[in-house]
Amino acid sequence: MEKTVILQVRRYRPETESEPGWQSYEVPLRRDWMVLDALNYIKDHLDGSLSYRWACRMGVCGSCGMMVNGEPVLTCATYLEKLLPGPIRVEPLRGFPVIRDLVGDLTDFLAKLKSIQPWIVRQDQPAPAGEYLQTPQQLAEYKQYSMCINCMLCYAACPIYELEPEFIGPAAIALAQRYNMDSRDQGHQERMDVLSQHDGIWSCTFVGECTEVCPKDVDPAGAIQRYKVAATIDWFKSILLPWAKR
Amino acid sequence: MRPDSGYRLYHPKWYRRRMPIFWWLGKFSYTKFITREMTSMAVAYGGLLLLAQIWMLGRGEQAYQSFLSWLRLPAVLAFHLALLAAVLLHTITWLNLAPQALVVRLGGRRIPDGVILAGHYLAWLVASAAVAWLLLGR
Repeated sequence: MEKTVILQVRRYRPETESEPGWQSYEVPLRRDWMVLDALNYIKDHLDGSLSYRWACRMGVCGSCGMMVNGEPVLTCATYLEKLLPGPIRVEPLRGFPVIRDLVGDLTDFLAKLKSIQPWIVRQDQPAPAGEYLQTPQQLAEYKQYSMCINCMLCYAACPIYELEPEFIGPAAIALAQRYNMDSRDQGHQERMDVLSQHDGIWSCTFVGECTEVCPKDVDPAGAIQRYKVAATIDWFKSILLPWAKR
Repeated sequence: MRPDSGYRLYHPKWYRRRMPIFWWLGKFSYTKFITREMTSMAVAYGGLLLLAQIWMLGRGEQAYQSFLSWLRLPAVLAFHLALLAAVLLHTITWLNLAPQALVVRLGGRRIPDGVILAGHYLAWLVASAAVAWLLLGR
């Protein structure tokens, strides 16, 4: 007989329930199956009404992030076998309002992401002809931060974001650093205006869990602390050298 | 999606859990974080204690002597030893976070975390030795 494992899935159907509840499913335990494979099995064979997000199944798209046994993970990269004997609890990412079952509302994150201008900002208009050259050392400066896939596991791990939803959050700040440290970018000051607010870097109290859960080793906690150092130096400079061009 | 797109307005209802007061007991790393933050109170107390000592010194010898004898009370001594432990915990956990915040490059190469950590501990040791020399070295 085929081995099985129990999945306890958080369900929320706003048209009939006012609060989420748990629903158990028994799924086959196959070698090399990830939690996402088990969810797809439920959707295909047991309960077609289960809602969740997924796309690439290879840790690139960042859509299948969920809480598995209380930890924020990419379900496409989490083996069922590592979670035995079960039951395995699957919940939507913490800190985001739940629309349905395992699907959270990400509108807030997308608005915050846009506010830090996650693109290369240039002050020279019109742009010079040809490409902007960059050395491997200059690339190495920001490459780590450019690995972010917007999976939002860092937001789910951050208790500050859940306590103070105004906090701009780890991934948005790490992505701001990705552009700030890019030698081709000139938007540092514009981003500083957003990030040096209370809801920006100063809301972070360095819990450090965002870095722990990041599947791409982006180290958002490090990015935020480095930004704090840069903002402090910036502030001292503006006090000591008010005539200097910021 | 634009933040003013009205998406939330037209959604029937979304569920947001209420954060429990003792959320920080659910996970060791959260408990460790809160402990680190709470021990900063002990650091602040240490500063206030030093100010109180200077203030008592300004009020004359008798006041200062009575302050010193208050410091020697077993209960006060035990309280201050517990606070010392809290300050040490705060210092160590704080210093251990330094390499993540400080990225120093020398000649195009990033200085390893261990070196930054060692530098911080060395500075702590030198400062402590200087204070010890000031207090005991006469």
